[in-house]
Amino acid sequence: MENLTRLKKLSLTIILGTGFKASLYAQTVANTKSNIGTWLILCLLTAIVLLTLIVAYRLSIKTNEVRKTARKAENDTENNRFKKYLNTLDSKQIETFLKIKNNKPKNVFSYKSIKSICILFLITFLSTINNNLVFAQPTTTPASLLSEWGIIITIVLIFIPVFAGIIFMLVKITSFFKKYQKLQDTHEAKQFAEYLNNPLDAEVETTLLKRKKALDYTLTHNELAGNLTADDDKGLLQQVNTHASLPFVSLKKKALGRYAVEPDLAKLILWFIGTATFWLVLGTSVGEYLGIKFVAPDVDHVSWLSFGRLRPVHTNMVFWGWASLGMLGLGHYVVPKVGNTPLASLKMGWYTLYFVNASVIFGTISLMAGINNGGGEYREYIWPIALLLAIGLVLTLINFIKTIANRTTKEIYISNWYIVAATIFAIVITLVAYLPFWQNGLGETIVQGYYMHQGVGMWFMMFTLGIVYYFLPQQLNKPIYSYSLGILAFWAQIIFYTLIGTHHFVFSAIPWWLQTIAIVGSTGMLIPVAAGSTNFILTFKGAWYKVPSSYTLPFFLVGIIFYFTGSLQGTAEAFKSTNLIWHFTDFTVAHSHIAMYGIICFFIWAGIYAVVPRLTGKEAPQVTVGAHFWLALIGLLFYSVPLMYGSTLKGLMWVEGEKPFIESVVFMAPYWLWRAIGGSLMWLSHLFFAYNFYKMLSGSNVNNVNEMAIQNLNKFYASADTTL
Amino acid sequence: MEFFNNHKTLFLTAFLLFLVLTIFVCIQPAIKNQNNNAPLPNAIALSDDAVKGKAIFIKEGCVACHTQQVRNVDMDKVWGSRPSIAADYAANLRTDIWRNTATLMGTERTGPDLTNIGLRQPSQAWHLTHLFNPRIVVKESIMPSYKWLFNAKELVLKTDVIVNVPEEYLAGETGKVIATDDALYLVAYLQSLQQTKLPDGTPEPDFLYKKPLTTNSNQNPSNPNLDGAALYVTHCQACHQADGEGLKGAFPPLKGSKIVLDNNPELMVDIIMNGYAGRVKEGYAVMAAVGTNNNLTANQVAAIMNHEKTSWGNNSLKVTPTQVQKLMDFVKIKSKPQ
Repeated sequence: MENLTRLKKLSLTIILGTGFKASLYAQTVANTKSNIGTWLILCLLTAIVLLTLIVAYRLSIKTNEVRKTARKAENDTENNRFKKYLNTLDSKQIETFLKIKNNKPKNVFSYKSIKSICILFLITFLSTINNNLVFAQPTTTPASLLSEWGIIITIVLIFIPVFAGIIFMLVKITSFFKKYQKLQDTHEAKQFAEYLNNPLDAEVETTLLKRKKALDYTLTHNELAGNLTADDDKGLLQQVNTHASLPFVSLKKKALGRYAVEPDLAKLILWFIGTATFWLVLGTSVGEYLGIKFVAPDVDHVSWLSFGRLRPVHTNMVFWGWASLGMLGLGHYVVPKVGNTPLASLKMGWYTLYFVNASVIFGTISLMAGINNGGGEYREYIWPIALLLAIGLVLTLINFIKTIANRTTKEIYISNWYIVAATIFAIVITLVAYLPFWQNGLGETIVQGYYMHQGVGMWFMMFTLGIVYYFLPQQLNKPIYSYSLGILAFWAQIIFYTLIGTHHFVFSAIPWWLQTIAIVGSTGMLIPVAAGSTNFILTFKGAWYKVPSSYTLPFFLVGIIFYFTGSLQGTAEAFKSTNLIWHFTDFTVAHSHIAMYGIICFFIWAGIYAVVPRLTGKEAPQVTVGAHFWLALIGLLFYSVPLMYGSTLKGLMWVEGEKPFIESVVFMAPYWLWRAIGGSLMWLSHLFFAYNFYKMLSGSNVNNVNEMAIQNLNKFYASADTTL
Repeated sequence: MEFFNNHKTLFLTAFLLFLVLTIFVCIQPAIKNQNNNAPLPNAIALSDDAVKGKAIFIKEGCVACHTQQVRNVDMDKVWGSRPSIAADYAANLRTDIWRNTATLMGTERTGPDLTNIGLRQPSQAWHLTHLFNPRIVVKESIMPSYKWLFNAKELVLKTDVIVNVPEEYLAGETGKVIATDDALYLVAYLQSLQQTKLPDGTPEPDFLYKKPLTTNSNQNPSNPNLDGAALYVTHCQACHQADGEGLKGAFPPLKGSKIVLDNNPELMVDIIMNGYAGRVKEGYAVMAAVGTNNNLTANQVAAIMNHEKTSWGNNSLKVTPTQVQKLMDFVKIKSKPQ
């Protein structure tokens, strides 16, 4: 023991000594000259110091351990120790012991620990010598030589054995302690064996036998179930999988059967979602083609397919065609449902569907023909076409408010706050954007900033939030975490979001006070976003286990995560300093995709996968739902992350201003290629989604076979009746 | 709360709150800016052709990639001599009964800003070739080709504007490429895009976030070691090309050019500062006063000239900034009508 403590102290001194020397040397070097050579050597020295410190630390821990066990062994009486061991013997060991107790095995333990101690000394000694040699050399080297590559390489080469030496020392120390530990244990084992063997104590034997019996006890496995065969007379077992095989993808829970939705309403909702799906596939095909044009600008020379005309086709089609129709479809389910009353007018619902679809059809054709409103983003449809959309919105608003007026609940559930407010705001925004009284000169730009951001925040975002406030608690089968937080987010969203439009024109000719308000409002968005996302995430509390076994919840989860990150990214983009770098670059494009795709689309998909099985009684294959989810998520990341990275560098290039503009175009090429790749994955996921929707409409599954059998029987009896 | 259990009060409150904020942050400032700004006194109104050209610009969605705003930040200095102000957009009125006002400020700068393109690149020949297929003149460009603004004709009328297109870009079509009226209107619009000088005595708004010019920066005109190659890419390459060969029948080569190789730099400085129409008869386009239009300093001009004089196998005497400065002063007087 004494030996060991001394050994420890000795090695610690050696190690610390070398470390100190090294750091001293490093300082002198750093003072003399700073070039690559010195930096390299500094790094190497730091590495050595770190390594030796690690060795020292390990050594001290190990010695402490050994000392502790040694002290314990001294303090504990032999009997106590052995009784402890007795209790830890397992059944097999006891059996063996009882079998062989008449034999008297004689084990002689001998080990020369001296040997390992010698090795340890030798190593430490050698390494010190080695260190001394090494440090002696570079200090005699003139500092100017450190810039010579030959010298640097030589020094590096010299350092290699030092490293090797230290590592060897580490290994040796560890193995020494292991051996020491083993020695102790063997000794202990020998004593214990003697204790067990010597007196042939009857007491020991009975204890062991009792212990063995206890250890060998097993349950009969039918203590609770009894011996009767299973009979589920209460119908508790559902969704029994009778042909279990090795699953290729994890099996998720099936949608729970709920009370039927009126078939007429179901039809309307399915038409909304169906047309939305159509526009999603078409709109993103256009987007995909646009992404390709960044990489291959000469892919076609057709005026109707040129970039400038197709870009608004893409944005408007996915905005009004896909997202709006999808949201309206889900809204027509949620609004009556949470009011516990039928939809006020199915007819109005159908007219909404016609008007919005007509607007997208005519809008698309007119944009491709080159007829647009004047270049303001997302209001490229000329007013007669936008009017169709607005009529659809007005009809929806009347319909929803009438439905809510008929509600049988006292309160208006928060979903309906969001959904109806979104519809009101969308109408206001459209009017502000299209009425001609304030659109001349810079007025147009101020309206444009207001319009393009309110469209996203007050229409898409608010409506979708309303949908989430209904479907998320419903899918988790528990109430929303905090109703009040939802209300706080509602008013905060209105107050702050309305102000932020002009942040699209920071540093432009728009008045400074307006720009400042926009930036402040963008920061204020922290409140509704934090309130909303916290509320959603906390609703998951205690129900996280449901996520892996559900195929709708992952969509919600991704949507919530992007709601938080995407919205706060918007806040970060609004600051003046970030505007310098990111404005006018593809960063905006990446951000808008994170927002419109990561948040809005994922929420809509989650809602669709939740509601359509309830309307049709059929579910999509889980494999293709999984494919849709992962392709969309990975595609979005491939799309947005390279674009953000590349455009940041591009922005910095512009700020620096040393290079011609065209070089920033050339620079973006690889990132645009990544965008096209990510876009392709997203597009592929939409094909899966369309297939899933088709399967939910007309797929066949086991439930259906049952249904058909019953129907056949019905028919059979009916025909039997008539023939009789 | 009872107040919010009534759908009328709830939605009316939300609507009014939104409306008030909308008026405060959008309608009121929009009206104010619309009514309180007028075009600058010396601003030139768009010609009839340019108005038609602007319609083409809107129709083709050019605003998707090209901004028309010089922000008041230092990095935007390359796009204009002063930040854009509200008055610059005041002349934009409602297009017609169907279409809204188009200030065309834009939100994406995938391509260059066009606020000052009429000054930076005034050549009609260049714009037409560029519109036919941008890659003819800028190899790395990803701008779409606007082929449908052109016709291929065997019989050329005297009034037709012929566009110079190398054979590999014709895609098998024969005959001469003729610019349609739409193409000419569009170019007229682009040529009209120039920043208006503020009336005398009006202080120009400042560019913010000025960065200290390091002595070896290419943006620092007094840096004696300017990168002539980079300046050439920015100011000359679009016409004279990276290989100095120019474009056959449109832009003359600098490689082996008599004027470039001439050890007396006077004519070369004259051309850079005042433009050139001396070889129009050979089919070459009129060259704009690139140096004057872009406010190039003697240092910058010397760097460009030395790059041209020593590249692509050219080998003639280099010029010094002082020499160029003298000549610049000289040709400036010469260019002024007496």
